[in-house]
Amino acid sequence: MLENIVLTEATYYILLALYNPQHGYGIMQEVEEMSRGRVRLAAGTLYGALNSMVEKGWIVQLPVEDGSRKKNYQITAAGLEILNNEIERLRELVENGDAIIGGNNND
Amino acid sequence: MTERRTEYRWFWVWDFEKEERWLNEMAANGWALVDVEYCKYTFEKTEYNEYTVRLEMHPSDENYITFMEDTGAEYIGRVLQWMYFRKRSELGSFDIFSDLDSRISHVRRIHMMILTLGLANLAIGIVNLSIGIFSTRNSFVAIFNLLVATLLMYGVGRMRGKIEYLENERRLRE
Repeated sequence: MLENIVLTEATYYILLALYNPQHGYGIMQEVEEMSRGRVRLAAGTLYGALNSMVEKGWIVQLPVEDGSRKKNYQITAAGLEILNNEIERLRELVENGDAIIGGNNND
Repeated sequence: MTERRTEYRWFWVWDFEKEERWLNEMAANGWALVDVEYCKYTFEKTEYNEYTVRLEMHPSDENYITFMEDTGAEYIGRVLQWMYFRKRSELGSFDIFSDLDSRISHVRRIHMMILTLGLANLAIGIVNLSIGIFSTRNSFVAIFNLLVATLLMYGVGRMRGKIEYLENERRLRE
């Protein structure tokens, strides 16, 4: 993975939510909770993102349990690497922002 | 039995947002879409603002319907490539897309569909035009095809404009 991948906010939060196995609606709820209500994934957006991430191998669909129709997904090793790189990148953004205007923000 | 009413309306495919707006105005006035056929909309009497209605051009996909239903949306039906959903307002806000990327890819799908139909009409029109040299009937069909193609190309232009606008936004934000 030589290319520098910048994730969208939706992709980032979906990958984060899939650190543990989770189904579609569960992802929506978890992301909303993590972001304290700020990020609300719409179902169509989430569905498209899940399918593309499965195709890219960043997440996998787990076998469907008996008696349930809900499909669970989980992050893969490749997805985790992408996510870790993104956290590193976000840290850089915040550090630079803080270093330049962080101290002068409260007056 | 809940009171029902039927409305007949025609919307150009590129006016899908206008169609959605109208359906939500109906819902706001206590008439929620319950069934949909080509140009025919059936509503049931509900409380004011009881539902939010959304429509999307989406290939036929049972998994997608199940997925939407799991999030609390109800599947109303489908007309050609278009799916209609509604969700109770008390279950929270209801949108199908929450970022520019997915909105852009939706408009791209619509753009491709209109473009394909437009080009098909253009091609058939040209064929009919060349046969039309020998028959008046084919000339009429040709003129009809070319008019339809022109109209669809107008729709293509509208969708292009929308894609351009969204992509400009996308350069600055998500």
